[in-house]
Amino acid sequence: MASSDVARQLDKGARPLSLAGHVGFDSLPDQLVNKSISQGFCFNILCIGETGIGKSTLMDTLFNTNFENFESSHFEPQVKLRAQTYDLQESNVRLRLTVVNTVGFGDQMNKQESYQPVVDYIDKQFETYLQEELKIKRSLHNYHDSRVHACLYFISPSGHSLKSLDLVTMKKLDSKVNIIPVIAKADTISKSELHKFKIKIMSELVSNGVQIYQFPLDDETVAKVNTTMNGHLPFAVVGSTEEVCVGNKMVKARQYPWGVVQVENEHHCDFVKLREMLICVNMEDLREQTHTRHYELYRRCKLEEMGFKDTDPECKPVSLQQTYEVKRQEFLAELQKREDEMRQVFVQRVKEKEAELKEAERQLQGRFEQLKSRHAEEKAALEEKKRLLDNDLTSFGNRKTAAALLQPPGFTVNGKKDKDRKKWVKLFCLCFTAQHSSALMANFELFFFFILIHLFYSVFQFWLHVKT
Amino acid sequence: LSSGSEVSLSHSNMSESAKPHHPSPQGKGEKSHGGDFSYVGIDAILEQMRRKAMKQGFELNLMVVGQSGLGKSTLMNTLFKSKVSRNKSVQSNPEERIPKTVEIKSISHDIEEKGVRMKLTVIDTPGFGDQINNENCWQPIMKFINDQYEAYLQEEININRKKRIPDSRVHCCIYFIPPTGHCLRPLDVEFMRRLSKVVNIVPVIAKADTLTLEERDSFKQTIREELRANGIDVYPQKEFDEDAEDRMINDKIREMIPFAVVGSDQEYQVNGKRLLGRKTKWGTIEVENIAHCEFAYLRDLLIRTHMQNIKDITGSIHYETYRVRRLNESNGHLESLLGSLPVKRATVFW
Repeated sequence: MASSDVARQLDKGARPLSLAGHVGFDSLPDQLVNKSISQGFCFNILCIGETGIGKSTLMDTLFNTNFENFESSHFEPQVKLRAQTYDLQESNVRLRLTVVNTVGFGDQMNKQESYQPVVDYIDKQFETYLQEELKIKRSLHNYHDSRVHACLYFISPSGHSLKSLDLVTMKKLDSKVNIIPVIAKADTISKSELHKFKIKIMSELVSNGVQIYQFPLDDETVAKVNTTMNGHLPFAVVGSTEEVCVGNKMVKARQYPWGVVQVENEHHCDFVKLREMLICVNMEDLREQTHTRHYELYRRCKLEEMGFKDTDPECKPVSLQQTYEVKRQEFLAELQKREDEMRQVFVQRVKEKEAELKEAERQLQGRFEQLKSRHAEEKAALEEKKRLLDNDLTSFGNRKTAAALLQPPGFTVNGKKDKDRKKWVKLFCLCFTAQHSSALMANFELFFFFILIHLFYSVFQFWLHVKT
Repeated sequence: LSSGSEVSLSHSNMSESAKPHHPSPQGKGEKSHGGDFSYVGIDAILEQMRRKAMKQGFELNLMVVGQSGLGKSTLMNTLFKSKVSRNKSVQSNPEERIPKTVEIKSISHDIEEKGVRMKLTVIDTPGFGDQINNENCWQPIMKFINDQYEAYLQEEININRKKRIPDSRVHCCIYFIPPTGHCLRPLDVEFMRRLSKVVNIVPVIAKADTLTLEERDSFKQTIREELRANGIDVYPQKEFDEDAEDRMINDKIREMIPFAVVGSDQEYQVNGKRLLGRKTKWGTIEVENIAHCEFAYLRDLLIRTHMQNIKDITGSIHYETYRVRRLNESNGHLESLLGSLPVKRATVFW
């Protein structure tokens, strides 16, 4: 049972106490770490740099995986951001890594608005987190934190100084995110040039008031390392996922006719330093800085913009709740007013429409009346015609009966017609008998011939009788 | 921990050991070479996290509730192996000793063990259950707990808020059940029912050296059944179990609650060793001997294994419930109040 030493004071108002034996709460950090392991970690990196400067390759090299990136075109009309999330795991630690790349940065002719999409993206992530935090029913411990924790700014290896686009962009971002500038494609610069370049960059950043991320010096275990690293900023990096055989090992390197640039060789480039600083030593600090400094600043500005204050004009602390409530009432009142206005407009429109419809109905009615009268007229005209016709008919009938009285029996009023018919019959008989007589030559047949004539004559008489 | 594991792009579950072996602090030249090119260093974040936690220190707020004379202060002293609560026997006047209403006394201590610093706050409730008429004696306690939540909420919704909001919320409430051996009293049931909804309650049977083992087991059985019958969910709550492994561990604990504890801050010589215990004519009760009483289980649960979990449940579940209720009711409250006032200036004092 080890006895413990006198405790340091955590804050005022608590008296230090010495323990007489082993209590066991030294396992607290382990319990905390265990919980974090089961929850998993979250890390978001934003890479800003011109197209083709090697952002995706560096990410691949840094995390030792292939993130399946494709080359972007140089003809993007605007800067866009592309975010991809990956789940990585190393031993028992799970990391949810989000890599955000700028697409088309520095390609446009007019680069004045190039920084804006980046700033908007960062603000949007803060905004979503703020919204989640302000919700009534929230789940912060399950929340996937998408706020940008580190921003790698890729400086092109011109060897002279920073471009004005770089300065402007970094100035806009330094209060929103932890900026870590890196010199990309460092294998195009020689060592002496690199040294001068780094000094020039740092002095330009300082003279322009750009606050880049400084590795923290307050923890003794890492203060020494961090101080040294702070002096090596910005890191000159080379990225490569291809392996080359050097000596008897396979190393990640870039092969040139004049030699091989080894990525993980500290004499060749600062890649190892970057990886160590970014991941192994300061990842937690980056996350903490993002949350306690950048996010708080954003939150403060946003809430003040919305009109909330911590103290009202009499310097009495005003609770956020009250101001929120007041605002909510104002908003509701305005909503109500707008609703009333809309309702009035609606009523107005309905009235107008109603009037229109009534007018149309009236017109239709008029036309209908017109049609009806016209029909009546036509009907009257037709009736008149019908009456005339009827008159004609009756007069004709009268004439017909009168004519029938004047004609002999057997002859109908239509005597002409009958006469014609009789003529034809006579002709038919004569022909028939003539035919038969020509066929009959003997006396015997003469007898039959006369019988035929008699037959025909009686038929004819009968037919005439029927006719009358 | 440079075991050369590859970084794998996957969505699979990983198996975790119960206690991680933390890597030694990564020095500058320690790992980056050595021919291991697949090592990225993501697991170094555990070490960073540990460092940060050690630097910040921890906070724990424990509340003890029970009738006077049940050994609350002694148990606190035994748990933390120091004079956490002042001994009450110095007060001579018996009338002075028992307060008229339930008081809330909160004392903070800074303790440290192996580099881990903790601010321990013990909240005592003298006067609970001591009056003749004990109706509503839980009210001051409820109010205190809700006040702590309120203070935290106010800090949290400030515009300019502190980097680290001081956490005074009650993490755990230890409720002392007198060892009658029969069943829970109406006061116990009522208190636990109301408070189990706002705070983690750990019931313990106080002065368990008056019960034999069989009596103890049957008493525990009765208590567990009564808790279940009344719908009282004590810590570890069934509904907050995260996964099967959690449930298994917590089920074992749930079979043992309430813990039958004996407290003592005096050491006696037993078998050549100096142990905490109570010396009587018929033997010495060893506090940390699990054959004698279950103090060790309580200590392990509270401190060694579930402390972080207790704090998490307080922070993410009880506090959030309070916050939801509070924000919802303030909407309704203000709406009725502001209905008659002009909207521009409305100062409502809580």
